[in-house]
Amino acid sequence: MSLERLPIIFRTEDLCAYYEDFMAIKHINIKIPQKQVTALMGPSGCGKTTFIRCLNRLHELTPGARITGSIYLRDQNILQLDPIVVRRRVGMVFQRPNPFPTMTIYENVLAGYKLLGIRLPRNEADEIAEWALRKAALWEEVKDILHRRGTFLSGGQQQRLCIARALAVKPEVLLMDEPTSALDPKSSLQIENLIVELKETVTIVIVTHNMPQAGRISDFTAFFYLGELVEFGPTAELFTNPKDPRTEEYLTGKFS
Amino acid sequence: MNTYPARENWRRIKNQIAVIIIILLALIPTLPLFFILANIIHEGLRSINLDFFLHLPAPPGETGGGISNALVGTFIIVGIAVIIGVPISILAGIYLSEYGKDSKLAEIIRISADVLQGVPSIVIGIVAYAWVVRPMGHFSAFSGSVALALMMIPVVVRTTEEVLRLVPDILREASLALGVPYWRTVMKVVLPTGMVGVTTGILIAVARIAGETAPLLFTAFGNQFMTLNPMEPMNALPLVIFNYATSPYEDWWRQAWATAVVLTFMVLLLNILSRILAKRIAGEK
Repeated sequence: MSLERLPIIFRTEDLCAYYEDFMAIKHINIKIPQKQVTALMGPSGCGKTTFIRCLNRLHELTPGARITGSIYLRDQNILQLDPIVVRRRVGMVFQRPNPFPTMTIYENVLAGYKLLGIRLPRNEADEIAEWALRKAALWEEVKDILHRRGTFLSGGQQQRLCIARALAVKPEVLLMDEPTSALDPKSSLQIENLIVELKETVTIVIVTHNMPQAGRISDFTAFFYLGELVEFGPTAELFTNPKDPRTEEYLTGKFS
Repeated sequence: MNTYPARENWRRIKNQIAVIIIILLALIPTLPLFFILANIIHEGLRSINLDFFLHLPAPPGETGGGISNALVGTFIIVGIAVIIGVPISILAGIYLSEYGKDSKLAEIIRISADVLQGVPSIVIGIVAYAWVVRPMGHFSAFSGSVALALMMIPVVVRTTEEVLRLVPDILREASLALGVPYWRTVMKVVLPTGMVGVTTGILIAVARIAGETAPLLFTAFGNQFMTLNPMEPMNALPLVIFNYATSPYEDWWRQAWATAVVLTFMVLLLNILSRILAKRIAGEK
């Protein structure tokens, strides 16, 4: 699979992100293919989380944070769009499961509508909730307890609930910031399998610390180091035949 | 093998003596409460019966009569104070926790709230007199509510701020990442998540103002008759206690004690309620 032949959904040009004076990511140029799983890898502090938070403009919420360069979602520079519009199109799943504690499972799934004051007809709401929960491989486990609090679920179930919540607003891209790092191995595996299935529906960009995980689930891998994009290519290629010595050193465990 | 059983035993005894002394000392702060409760119950319980709650005060010299107007008055005066004070306080708390944060304005608001909380209640009463009673030309329940609102605002502002700060950032981010604007996130996610804590703060503040006398002396003033009109002088439980206890009539003294029982147990109940709520917050974490 080569990058050139695939349709591109995200393209950054000379993207830099700062915290005050600190430059967290430096001049990133990357093309992220549509309906594929792209993994962002690299040691702690390499800027991969900062990068992913630029893609839905959460980065700029941190006081003192700013972005330069451009990020194109299809052909629109999202830095010139309303962040709210961007975030409707680019969903996110976080490191720790964060269902809304005041809401039931059902309400959590539909939170993207509820919180914006969008009233859906009952049957349409039910349909979307079931669709999203099925996509998140959670439906069978929760279909009889939809009206219990989301926080009653186990950690892995909560994370899949958060995935369902993000999917329910039908985003074009789903960003995942180390979605399995707070979960046990079994729940992690469930989420990994889910990600592979989800790429039929949505483009996935996932930050991961876990090299075998990136190998198992991603089609493309980007290696970040000290705020720079060192290497980007098909995962199989990058893992077996890295072009940059830093990538090779990281993959062989010389640093982490 | 234990070669010094005697010394071991002596140690254990010393330890137990220390524990007993500590428990006794720890009980000292609770003693005044029990003495107060025992005292007012002893003096006041006799005069409490259904009539006491349902009847109006008797004219001076006549026995009997009740505090129905003061009960209703306290609910109205405190109720209006809550209606005035709570929205202002919650909005200010939201500003401090979600918008102002470490800004200079936020710091000024925080200091003002703390200072306002320290202003003696009699001063608050005088201020409400100057601001509301004088322009209106007469005493009113409403002016008393203004005074009490001034007393509850700083308490609710600070508890709201603290409770909202405890709401984890990942919930704010979860909402923002769904494309929800910040103010909607605050109103629909942050505030509901902290609502139990905010309610606890309101209950504590209500418990505090329900027993305040000084701010009502020259605002609500008191009234021997039943009135539901907040623009008229109105009776309140603390005013009954103050007026009856300083009167020359023995029957009124008894009623002052009885009113003290009612007021104290109302406040006690509010405090217990807020504790239960606070426990629920702790349990949810």
